[in-house]
Amino acid sequence: MTQHPTDIRPETDLPTDNRKATDMTVPADRQYTTDHEWVLVEGDIATVGITDFAQDALGDVVFVELPAVGATLAAGEQVGEVESTKSVGELFAPIDGEVVEINDAVVEQPELVNSDPYGAGWLVKVRFAALPEGLLDPAAYEATLS
Amino acid sequence: MSQRVSPLEPVHRALGASFTDFGGWEMPVRYGSDLAEHQAVRERAGIFDISHMAEFAVGGLDAGAFLDYALAGKVSTLPLSKAKYSMILAADGGILDDLIVYKNHPAEFLVVANAGNRDVVAAALAERAAGFDVHVTDRTDEIALIAVQGPRALEILESTEGLHADELLAMGHTLESLPYYACMGMLYEGAAILVARTGYTGEDGFELYVDRRDAVNLWNALTAAGEAFGLAPAGLAARDTLRLEAGMPLYGHELGTGILPVQAGLGRIVPLATKGDFVGRAGIEAGPAEGARVLVGLAAEGRRAARAGYAVFAEGAAADAEPVGEVTSGALSPTLGHPIAMAFVAPESAEPGTALELDVRGTRIPAHVVALPFYSRAK
Repeated sequence: MTQHPTDIRPETDLPTDNRKATDMTVPADRQYTTDHEWVLVEGDIATVGITDFAQDALGDVVFVELPAVGATLAAGEQVGEVESTKSVGELFAPIDGEVVEINDAVVEQPELVNSDPYGAGWLVKVRFAALPEGLLDPAAYEATLS
Repeated sequence: MSQRVSPLEPVHRALGASFTDFGGWEMPVRYGSDLAEHQAVRERAGIFDISHMAEFAVGGLDAGAFLDYALAGKVSTLPLSKAKYSMILAADGGILDDLIVYKNHPAEFLVVANAGNRDVVAAALAERAAGFDVHVTDRTDEIALIAVQGPRALEILESTEGLHADELLAMGHTLESLPYYACMGMLYEGAAILVARTGYTGEDGFELYVDRRDAVNLWNALTAAGEAFGLAPAGLAARDTLRLEAGMPLYGHELGTGILPVQAGLGRIVPLATKGDFVGRAGIEAGPAEGARVLVGLAAEGRRAARAGYAVFAEGAAADAEPVGEVTSGALSPTLGHPIAMAFVAPESAEPGTALELDVRGTRIPAHVVALPFYSRAK
């Protein structure tokens, strides 16, 4: 996801984080994108969310907009938004496929993205035919954070 | 240019703060959850490091007359210990910065400016000082500024170890009796500090000007006293949503060089009738152009907030219609639970109750004009 800071003051840029990249959780069971999203594959279904790093950079998430069930996604296109009090993050489709389920709980309780980004804060499940090239393994993703 | 760092930076790091560049300073944006920090200030109290603010000491025989000429307000008549919200204007009446001026000493004023405008204000004051018996000293790098804001702020200061009233410095005040927009001297561990009942949150609270060498000890004493009252460290993110709910303008958003004070609803800070010549007088007398936009508050439903720069349209306006205004600040109000924004809109769209539409990244969100502030504390 790409973050657009909505400013705190005109001179303000994205928060730089005091936590070191090594403090950020990067589970070993899934793959990642350079847009700070994760993809967990089970059969032909991919569950998608944003990473610990992404939720930490955003701050308190207060609004989540997700694509509709049944929507066809093309990898790389913007399909939703994750908005915090200070920033708007764009959600990009990490793969081609069809949305088979969205996380209604996270729409009702956007703070789940902060409290459990890899679990209860998942965003969409996508049925896919093939995984795209360029997904990062956990070590490669972690390397992008430092 | 390397970033300026507050003397409290090690404290923020130990607290796990996230930092942001702010007017050339590296300052805490949040410590954990900015929503929790916002709520702490509304319900209990928050402690902020705002050492990035710029302070100028203005002394000399002509200090009052000089400030009446250099600033938009009538400052020379300010009684000892009182503070005034003011501005420094360009010749055309546009706003160079908004300021607080304290009459903190019988022979001196303290002018507090925004970090990002420090150089502009310093240059304007120096240029306008010609012909006056006055000396202006930039004390920003010597002074740290700590704000304690919230309904429990008074109790916290009263129970802070090492912070003492001093009859010689108090200018007739006690912490409890100190009025809003007034200041008093106190002693902290034997050193004189300035304590003002001012703030940027819409709550009761204090701002403490302290020598930077004492800042960490004072912060620690305040937080130790605050523990019993639920005091939380709060960052610039919470400070911004708090001031927005309180309808307080932010330079670079609601205020700027292309904006006259009256457009921002602040015409009252320029008392034309009682002031002589001052920089900006001609521009203020001429007034804004016909049809110039004015600042309003906007409220919307749902959870999607309009942000600075988003276009404002008339209700039902076509996709290719001209906007009637532009948002200057916006957020999902943590206290009210719905989106709020400030915006400059055409005068005919500025009446409270007027239905408008906000263009939130391509989606029109209905909104209506409301009176400012969005939030006022129960008195």
